Amino acid sequence: MAHDYQGPMIRVEDLVTYYGDRRILNHVSLEMQAGETMVILGGSGTGKSTLLRHIILLERPSSGHIYIKGHDICHMPEERFNLLRPKIGMLFQSAALFNSMTIEENVALPLRELTQLEDSTIRIMTRIKLDLVGLSGFEAYMPSQLSGGMRKRAGLARALAMDPEILLFDEPSAGLDPITAAGIDTLILKLKLAFRMTIVVVTHELASAYMIADRLTVMDRGEIIAVGTPEEIRNSPHPRVVQFLNRVPEGEPEDAQAYLRSLTQSSS
Amino acid sequence: MTGVLALIGRGTLGLFRYATGLYQLSRDAGYWTFVAPFKGRSPKWKSALHQMVLVGVNSIPIVGLISLFIGIILALQGAYAMRNFGASPYYVALLVGVSMTREIGPLMTAIVVAGRSGSSFAAELGTMKVSEEIDALEAMGLNSVRYLVVPKYLALLVMMPCLTILSDVAGILGGGLFQIVQLDQSLSMFLISTRDALEMRDIWTGLVKSLVFGLIITKVGCYEGFSVRGGAEGVGKATTSSVVVSIFLVIFADVIFTAFFYYTT
Repeated sequence: MAHDYQGPMIRVEDLVTYYGDRRILNHVSLEMQAGETMVILGGSGTGKSTLLRHIILLERPSSGHIYIKGHDICHMPEERFNLLRPKIGMLFQSAALFNSMTIEENVALPLRELTQLEDSTIRIMTRIKLDLVGLSGFEAYMPSQLSGGMRKRAGLARALAMDPEILLFDEPSAGLDPITAAGIDTLILKLKLAFRMTIVVVTHELASAYMIADRLTVMDRGEIIAVGTPEEIRNSPHPRVVQFLNRVPEGEPEDAQAYLRSLTQSSS
Repeated sequence: MTGVLALIGRGTLGLFRYATGLYQLSRDAGYWTFVAPFKGRSPKWKSALHQMVLVGVNSIPIVGLISLFIGIILALQGAYAMRNFGASPYYVALLVGVSMTREIGPLMTAIVVAGRSGSSFAAELGTMKVSEEIDALEAMGLNSVRYLVVPKYLALLVMMPCLTILSDVAGILGGGLFQIVQLDQSLSMFLISTRDALEMRDIWTGLVKSLVFGLIITKVGCYEGFSVRGGAEGVGKATTSSVVVSIFLVIFADVIFTAFFYYTT
């Protein structure tokens, strides 16, 4: 891996993905620079989480490419991508902690399995990560004993365990009260300043997006409809962007004929 | 007419997809169980041991008790059916011994294990799938088959034969209980006639079956768990169908095995 790599950290090129007959991603292209915080905005079902899952190869596209530090991961054998994986941390929507393990064991798991470090070293590193997210003292707790916000923090500590260069967040504030959600946002900002990581956040929370983003991407029906700084997005003339930012509900179907046809046609 | 054809086609495709899924899972599990250890990536022994306790040790009371009852039932039915032929106690011992070791022992064990452990495999993996834990494992670069399926495979491969032997013994003792009470036979007499009735072949064919049943139960349970979609309801469905499908496949495999052993004797 070239250490003096200068290009974009993540480059998504013409990505197309189908689930069955349904097209989830429609020719998506996007670039993220090293150290940049990119927020992907969009309503539910617009494909933004799917895009995130592609970046960590939990899904493979029907066509198109994703380059991480210049390496095409979509056409890379699993074993080779596994070498890249520790450089990418992901916080899942539900935090995805292993419920049969304590918080400490959860955070230590990648270190135990993927490194040859001594147990004592792992213990210290785990403490540092938990301290970083404000969870020191909770090492021996089980995930079920923690609140939603604390679980997210623990999930974040686990994502940070391998000192990743890229950090992915899937709806970090989903299911949290505004105060806790703001706490998570502050944590993301802190990580961004402290470690200069490339951060990708998928969300539909506007306030949170404006707070943390260097650049914003707005997705709609599997397509990217706007990319730019928060200021540019706020001034975007694109009708769907305006609708999203101003929280205008979906209108009635305009084409009455098509609507009638859709009602009378059988579902098969 | 086309509706019927479409239905048949869709059903066949579904069956194909299921079979392919099972095949892929068993190929991966086979690789991580038997090939990867030689490349320095050993299975997770600690969690395999934990699984052995869950599926094996904890099933001892229920497998033992059910097999004891089945042994009594077989002896009663056998004595009833053979009454008119003036059959000697030897034949009851033969009937119970041979049916337990060749057939009922492995089958009963498989049914109990499918109900207890196959369903819990599906529920456990299904819940992990729904709560994104399996994604998290994969995202870390940890192979979910190696971490979650292989320990269960190993546990069943070790425990199914053990439980089957237990079931054989309990069933034969159940048959003996009937003989002692009903036919006034001594325990040693009964054991001697059982020993004379049984061949080594009876026992090992049963154990071979139990290994195959164990593979089927793990495979189906884990596959159902991995293919869960849509929350708690999906987990419930997967749990149910893991039991139904694995019992069906166990009995189907049993037919083939029994026929094979019958015609090769």
